[in-house]
Amino acid sequence: MGWLYFFFGILSVLAVASAIVTISSRNPVRSAFALIFHFFMLAGLYLTLNAQFVAVIQVLVYAGAIMVLVVFVIMLLNLSNEERLSEKFDVRKAIAITLGIAFIIQIIVAILIPNSFNSNLHQDSAVIGTAQFIGKSLFSNYLVPFEIVGILLISAIIGAIVLAKRKVE
Amino acid sequence: MNWSLLIIEFLIKAIIILTLILLIAAAFGVYLERKVSAWIQNRIGPNRVGPFGLLQPFADVIKLFLKEDITPSAADKLFHRIAPVISLGVALSVYAVIPFAEPFEMGNRTVYFALTTPDVNVGILFILALTSVGVYGITFAGWSSNNKYSLLGGLRSSAQMISYELSMGLSLVGVLLVAQSLSLQEIVQKQALWNWNVFYQPLAFLIFLVSAFAETNRAPFDLPEAEPELVGGYNTEYSGMKFGMFFLAEYANMFTSSLIIVLLFFGGWNLPIPAEWIGLEHGSFWLSLLQFFVLIIKTLFFVFFFIWVRWSVPRFRYDQLMYLGWKVLLPLALLNLIITSIVIYFLR
Repeated sequence: MGWLYFFFGILSVLAVASAIVTISSRNPVRSAFALIFHFFMLAGLYLTLNAQFVAVIQVLVYAGAIMVLVVFVIMLLNLSNEERLSEKFDVRKAIAITLGIAFIIQIIVAILIPNSFNSNLHQDSAVIGTAQFIGKSLFSNYLVPFEIVGILLISAIIGAIVLAKRKVE
Repeated sequence: MNWSLLIIEFLIKAIIILTLILLIAAAFGVYLERKVSAWIQNRIGPNRVGPFGLLQPFADVIKLFLKEDITPSAADKLFHRIAPVISLGVALSVYAVIPFAEPFEMGNRTVYFALTTPDVNVGILFILALTSVGVYGITFAGWSSNNKYSLLGGLRSSAQMISYELSMGLSLVGVLLVAQSLSLQEIVQKQALWNWNVFYQPLAFLIFLVSAFAETNRAPFDLPEAEPELVGGYNTEYSGMKFGMFFLAEYANMFTSSLIIVLLFFGGWNLPIPAEWIGLEHGSFWLSLLQFFVLIIKTLFFVFFFIWVRWSVPRFRYDQLMYLGWKVLLPLALLNLIITSIVIYFLR
């Protein structure tokens, strides 16, 4: 169990650090790279939870496919560094700060109250994390949601094609 | 469990496997490429350094190390430096999950002929994930060089990778359906003797092979570095060992692709005759070693095939490449998947 906490600590510190770089860097490509790094750290965190399938899919889908598209678009448009906008105190910022403080208080309370959360892994977690188990539950217990997501994705793809076609003609 | 012993075993295996891969894939691969291309073009090829020019790759590497390392003044220094590291690092980390032979007994414990135990049930997905991440090396190299040719090379590479990944993944599903497993160890075990997947999944093999050419940026799909239009493509602004790392990564990727093709479609390390005929028991060290050599020989055949195609087939045009990927390979892969599922459903 000691090793697990060790890896969890390193991975979570790196994940938070790269997330901060993602939103604070003014160079879009550096932001994208930090986000890719962040996804890798998340995949590592999933591994410490015994969720090997989710970890690999995280890298395959987010770091491998979606971020390639993001980087592709950034490079295609050749975006330059972001310019600093004038800092104004508006309502959205006030709400964001309030929510952020609420979240920090929540975390502190959760850490301070003893036994408020159970950090031990579920004894079946190694089985639940495998591709076989996820596949079986997707095609039995969660078949209807799975099919609905499939229909949603298909309609999104068709919509994208229709939009792209209209521009050409 | 004795942790220090496990870590020492892991380190020894890592050093042996990575050295072997770099030696076979990079050094021998480059030598093979030059010799085969010379043979195809009716030349002699390298024959000065060492017997038959065998030491030529080492001379090349020493030259690359001693060369001046130039970074363009307008380049993004950080990304220019880490791009080749990403390329080579990803190319080598794939070997974390590839098994090379059956596990053997040593003393009273089982030693796996791989860096990890075959418990990694998502081995094949891990390889797919890493190959899709490998594109960042080339893309960032193209972007950070601050050169239009490099940028075009990087863009082409990422577009090409996204397009061919789909058909590659879909063609794999057919194999996984036949093997009923995601673990490479089991997929190979199911192909014992001549029960090779290529006989059950010939279409999937063809799709996978073509996609592998595109994923490794090899000719006839080497548009990211097409010399007549893009100078050197993504590596135009690279010199010295940084260029050498891209070079190594390309050959390591070619070797990995050949290895995966062999593991998935050509029986992996299975011997063509039962092991008992030559007096070797399952679980003995010598059988594992023999299987390892069988695997390497099969793999080298595909490395030769990659080189053969490169020097025989002209480069595609970019629109032809996209057409082939999206309108030919992807529908074929889907068709293969549907047919395989139906056949397996009725056979079970």
